[in-house]
Amino acid sequence: MEKFEPEIVALCCHYCAYTAADMAGSKRLCYPPNVKIIRVPCTGKVDAIHIMKALQKGADGVYVAGCLEGDCHFKNGNIRAKHRVKYVQKILNDIGWSGERVDMITMSAGMGERFAQTAAEFTEKIRQLGPNPIKLAVDQKSSAVGE
Amino acid sequence: MITAEQKPMEEIIASVAPFNSILLVGCNECVTVCAAGGRKEVGLLASALQLHFFKQGKTLDIKEITLERQCDPEYVEELVNSVDRVDAVLSMACGCGVQTIAARYKEKLVFPAVNTKFMGASERQGVWSERCQGCGDCVLGITGGVCPIARCSKRLMNGPCGGSTRGKCEISQDVDCAWQLIWDRMKALGIEKRYEEVMEAKDWRTSRDGGPRKIVREDLAS
Repeated sequence: MEKFEPEIVALCCHYCAYTAADMAGSKRLCYPPNVKIIRVPCTGKVDAIHIMKALQKGADGVYVAGCLEGDCHFKNGNIRAKHRVKYVQKILNDIGWSGERVDMITMSAGMGERFAQTAAEFTEKIRQLGPNPIKLAVDQKSSAVGE
Repeated sequence: MITAEQKPMEEIIASVAPFNSILLVGCNECVTVCAAGGRKEVGLLASALQLHFFKQGKTLDIKEITLERQCDPEYVEELVNSVDRVDAVLSMACGCGVQTIAARYKEKLVFPAVNTKFMGASERQGVWSERCQGCGDCVLGITGGVCPIARCSKRLMNGPCGGSTRGKCEISQDVDCAWQLIWDRMKALGIEKRYEEVMEAKDWRTSRDGGPRKIVREDLAS
């Protein structure tokens, strides 16, 4: 079986995590290429449905990266995002998935190292959890058709 | 508005598990405002159900639709084309919406995805409290705008009772004593004297005790 390389979606706030990712690049820090960044104006813009749709379309893990608590450019968007992530985790646990596939991470714009480190840690966590169950179901179906 | 809460996921899953295709119907009115069954919740529930069944190796075909008002036959009529193409209907509206669909589409199984709770008002974002029990004979005009029926645990018409302590009800520290609120409001309005007037026993026939109720406006119904 070929090695599982997780696909991670990172919904990053323009004012902190996205800039931190930029900083990580400027500093020539390495982080896993598995992480695909989507820039959002504030993590408060991220709704539960965005995270669910990412999983539905095959992402193995999704994390929302926002400003440090108390530092949101729009006052409390990151706090709202934290609650929404928690809500999605509950839904996932309720439907028999693992809530650990989604997470909320905070950092400031200057924390390039933290961006690289959290990206690596989250990728590793998802690697341990295994592929998105949808992928497994599709694989099983296609192999059954092949038989 | 009428408030509702989504049913436990387990219960919803069990109700739709026997089917291959369902129509998930939201409502743009009360359940949208209390974030239980509007367009957003319809999308989220559809997504969650699809993820669940995908993991079981089954593809559940879900058609999402959110009606302007599910308790009005005119809007429920909009489902006429989509209902035929599904095995069952899962409604995210209050009990009135579920029943309107069930009455119109008699051949189709209809399941509720929410538990209808109470007639309430919004305290702040994400918090709703019971404010009216629809007793059919409003007394707010003589109780300073605070309802003793919906907000007093005992529905006392002449309170408070001995369970009122420091403005809170004995059932919970989180529940205000309605009669304390009434007294405070009367005092603020300078109408404390009204408190001395004993309210007579309420005629509950105007409430649910008189059986299911109906309003007929001849000028509109004719």
